[in-house]
Amino acid sequence: MKKKHPLPSGSEWNFETLKHYEREISRVAAHYGLDTYPNQIEVINAEQMIDNYATIGMPLAYYHWSFGKQYINVEKSYKRGLMGLAYEMVINSNPCISYLLEENTLVMQATVMAHACYGHNAFFKGNYLFKTWTSPESIIDYLVFSRNFIAECEQHHGIDEVETLLDACHALMNYGVDRYKRPQALSLQEEKARQKMREAYMQAQVNELWRTIPGQTKTPEISRQEQVHFPKEPEENILYFIEKNAPLLEPWQREIIRIVRKIARYFYPQRLTKLMNEGWATFWHYTIINTMYDEGLLSDEFMLEFIENHTSVIQQREYSDPHYNGINPYALGYHIFSDMKRICENPTAEDKLWFPELANQPWQAALDFAMRNFKDDSFIAQYLSPNVMRDMKLFSILDEPENNELIVSAIHDEDGYRKIRELLSSQYNLSVIEPNIQVYDVDVRGDRSLTLRHIQQDGKPLSDTTPEVLRHLHYLWGFDVKLESVTPSGTFVGSFECPEKPPTESGA
Amino acid sequence: MGQFIDRRLNSKNRSAVNRQRFIRRFKQQIKEAVSEAIQKRSIKDIESGERIIIPRKDISEPKIHHGAGGKREFVLPGNKEFLRGDKIQRPPTDVGGGGDESQATNDGEGLDDFSFYLTKEEFLNIFFDDLELPDMVKTKLAEIPSIETVRTGFSKVGTPPNLNILRSFRNAISRRLAFHSNYDKKIVKLEAIKKKLLAQKPLPEKKLAAVDADIAELERKKKAVPFIDSFDLRFNTRAKRPKITTQAVMFCIMDVSGSMDEQKKELAKRFFILLYLFLTRNYQKIHIIFIRHHTTAKEVDEQEFFYSRETGGTVVSSALELMNKIISERFPTADWNIYVAQASDGDNWNADSPLCGEVLTKSIMPFVQYYAYIEIMPRHHQSLWKTYLTVQEVYKNFSMRSISAVKDIYPVFHELFKRKTT
Repeated sequence: MKKKHPLPSGSEWNFETLKHYEREISRVAAHYGLDTYPNQIEVINAEQMIDNYATIGMPLAYYHWSFGKQYINVEKSYKRGLMGLAYEMVINSNPCISYLLEENTLVMQATVMAHACYGHNAFFKGNYLFKTWTSPESIIDYLVFSRNFIAECEQHHGIDEVETLLDACHALMNYGVDRYKRPQALSLQEEKARQKMREAYMQAQVNELWRTIPGQTKTPEISRQEQVHFPKEPEENILYFIEKNAPLLEPWQREIIRIVRKIARYFYPQRLTKLMNEGWATFWHYTIINTMYDEGLLSDEFMLEFIENHTSVIQQREYSDPHYNGINPYALGYHIFSDMKRICENPTAEDKLWFPELANQPWQAALDFAMRNFKDDSFIAQYLSPNVMRDMKLFSILDEPENNELIVSAIHDEDGYRKIRELLSSQYNLSVIEPNIQVYDVDVRGDRSLTLRHIQQDGKPLSDTTPEVLRHLHYLWGFDVKLESVTPSGTFVGSFECPEKPPTESGA
Repeated sequence: MGQFIDRRLNSKNRSAVNRQRFIRRFKQQIKEAVSEAIQKRSIKDIESGERIIIPRKDISEPKIHHGAGGKREFVLPGNKEFLRGDKIQRPPTDVGGGGDESQATNDGEGLDDFSFYLTKEEFLNIFFDDLELPDMVKTKLAEIPSIETVRTGFSKVGTPPNLNILRSFRNAISRRLAFHSNYDKKIVKLEAIKKKLLAQKPLPEKKLAAVDADIAELERKKKAVPFIDSFDLRFNTRAKRPKITTQAVMFCIMDVSGSMDEQKKELAKRFFILLYLFLTRNYQKIHIIFIRHHTTAKEVDEQEFFYSRETGGTVVSSALELMNKIISERFPTADWNIYVAQASDGDNWNADSPLCGEVLTKSIMPFVQYYAYIEIMPRHHQSLWKTYLTVQEVYKNFSMRSISAVKDIYPVFHELFKRKTT
């Protein structure tokens, strides 16, 4: 081990030492081939961190009561010592903004820089979902635009009006993303320039849809049969459908729906890659700091504190632990990535069988490929190794309502690996986690009612918050709204309606 | 190379607006919680924040997700004893289930309500919301300031009546001294020359005559310096300044006689504290006069008013007369808005009640903006109440209420001072 001049140690940090560390971390990251956006590292205090929490991680956001609620909540638990704040927060933007908490020790700051400014940053820049769904160059500008626009609307139309609209949009925010279509890049300049044009155009489109041509001779019944189904294909992006087609909305309301949609889309990749993103960043802070230690840059005290922190980050409690809180994404992600590295370098016979494409390959390239081309569910399906399953002692439970007992359906053995991998993968699949609901039909020539269809999976019913959400949807749509649950084979299971009606259907 | 920015000094309250929005949205619930808190808590610490609890369901942001039920299969870590096919008794509630989100969150909801603390300021804001002193119209009018003239030094121009003689003469004297001194010096010199000339033999007649002429000329010039000149004059000046007439004086009158037991005093105290808070909050310029009485009345400070003990009979008119005296001595009615709040248990020496009515109608009510009387008497009213009823008939700005319990105070207070819609 060659002795270099060690970096300053101790728990106190200042901007000089931070810069010093950052330079070294940057050098090591480049050595490993991490491709990142330029970093903008901001030191903030606890209150500012709570501010950031409150606006779901947006560095600036429009005003809404729910953010105030969030703030009060976080502040309360923080003050009572119920929760610690994250050591950092990182924004998917270019330059990549990372917030470091001022209370962190020097070791924490170094770890956090390696984790966020190089780990997450590289992930944001490299992962295909972030590339297609977000445009980090303009997100800050877009947030500014949206806040100003909404503030303007509040002035013109009153806070209450805007608040009701935002409430409704937030309720449907998870259904404001195109899951299957690829989006165009989001760009602020166009956004602003086209906004006015869009207003006029969209209103015209909507009017076209709802126009009843005078002199139409067919009776409604006949025309309903002949008329094409609207929408032609079921639409999974409910907010998009509303924005484009709701009959009674004003242009500014459509624009606000669009803003919420865009923000939902911006966060969509993060929801899809939580496990990978954290696993990747954790793997890299571990690797970078260890490399620096091997180079003789870091003291032993530094490493002891680092290892303690790292261990608590990747701690996985067992299911029987009273503090068990689900699978820790840091732990699982970190284990998968480090096991991939192990497989590349020292494959066992089992690994060669399971991962022929990894065994004895350069690990950096292999990890880079995985980071770029997968999301949580496909990543698990592809790379969760028997070794990791054994280490984490994974097992699966089958819970069928008709049985009084739960059944252990698979454990970490030869018979169970594939089953567990498949199950765990689906546990991270948003389209399994979230009920599958799509816009199915609009009664264009009749009472304009909107029908949604919920394809029920495994007999799982919708939550009892559903009527509440439908009320919001009803507000947006302006006419009756109906949500039908059907089984995948098309059998009708049940329905919600808003406004709620007596069970008897009144035929025309 | 990363760029470092120290943001710690940036403003912190990015979420302040969001917090206001939150309070705004749940105003109704918060208001209810606040008025409940007023009833319950000791009002001595009314000026602190308050914990507000809002039912979780009111505050939830609904989202669609999967409800409980259906077939589930999920992966857990930490297997120690199970083999494939093992059967486990279903845990009584679904605690052990622990699928990522579905079951646990569903049942967790609604159990604990959302609670948070209002700051002192927010608390008072909500507490005083839509309360205002009556006759704010007059106070509003008073915001168009009446003008008062104030002395602001001296000026060189002005009218004769404003002439400041002292200043003017002082200037004249110094001016004369200044002008004279020049001539005086020359005269002294010439005198010295003259002395020398006189000492010469023979007398230089011609030169002497010339010096004499010079001296005479200088003396003449000296005399010509005016006794007072126009630029000596100084005039008093006055500037016009807006006069603050939004000042108000609040009289708090309380019966501390023997018939007022501790509980009644407590009630009265709370009423006054509420008023006091309200006033100190809404008016920068407000005087508060505390008068306590039994058979005789006494003006006291706040501490003594609320917390000292005394007993005795009751003569209400003593307090009214004292107040009348204080008004005429210290609070000219042209400059002061006068408000009176009186608390009593209605006990009065019977023969005194008519006198009270007379003092009120003749010398107090005409000058008072508002007179609020609360009687802490759960049962029947006595002579004072009847007398006051007749006063109320004549004067609209006289109002009276009867309260019997702590919880009545807030509504009374609210009603007495509610915003007048007209």
